[in-house]
Amino acid sequence: MDWMKIGSALLIIAMMIYIWPAAKHMLTNSPKAEKGDWQAAAVPILAVVGFVILLISLV
Amino acid sequence: MPTNFAATQTSARGLATNKLIRNTYTLLSMTLLFSAAMAAVSVAVQAGPGVGLVCSLAALGILWLVLPRTANSAAGLGVVFLFTGLLGFGLGPTITYHLAMPGGSQVVMTALGGTGVIFLGLSGYALTTRRDFSFMGGFLIVGLLVILGAALLNIFLAIPALSLALSAGIIMLFSGFILYDTGRMVNGGETNYIMATVSLYISILNIFTSLLHLLGAFGGDD
Repeated sequence: MDWMKIGSALLIIAMMIYIWPAAKHMLTNSPKAEKGDWQAAAVPILAVVGFVILLISLV
Repeated sequence: MPTNFAATQTSARGLATNKLIRNTYTLLSMTLLFSAAMAAVSVAVQAGPGVGLVCSLAALGILWLVLPRTANSAAGLGVVFLFTGLLGFGLGPTITYHLAMPGGSQVVMTALGGTGVIFLGLSGYALTTRRDFSFMGGFLIVGLLVILGAALLNIFLAIPALSLALSAGIIMLFSGFILYDTGRMVNGGETNYIMATVSLYISILNIFTSLLHLLGAFGGDD
């Protein structure tokens, strides 16, 4: 196993440790979605997916 | 009188939000240009593959230890440029690798332009609808942990299909983060333009590298 793999794994583990407190806070304190909220978020993200597929077909 | 007071408060909040958005986008533009310049330097000096890893570790250290202590002072501006400069320089080996591929320059330019369109489109959507996307917080952070866990696994498994699926997932996830972060700025959830800039910069960087990966794998003349 080369040091690049070990370094990358350490970087990801460090990121997870860094994110963990924020994750716990966000999970307990995020407000609940109201009617239509998820649809309002899903539409632009699906548009991004379509755009990426278009870019892949163009290059 | 209470009505006038409420109207004054709303007006003051609106002005503060506009100032936050203006400052964030100004700083974001400057850091993106600086980051691109550092990436160009990294490509020019043919920085090795380990450079990206070392720069990312150093940038994470800054994000973890230095930025929270300086984000409310003028020193925070210097720290943001150091952070984005390091990540930009660390991007050099990835760009060099893709430029060496057949049709590589087209792939890199398409990824760059595509990232710009995605960011402007999502930010424009969140700014014009003024919707609060904070309900997505829990979902996004769990998604990020899942992606990091899968990426950690794939370092040792090295499955190409999983790597591509991760890139697609990262683009969708950080698109969600752009909506979330912009919504927070508009609705008063974020009041510090330095922290807002860093959040948006990280989303843009991740979308760019993942799009580059996908276009490099599926596109080109191969």
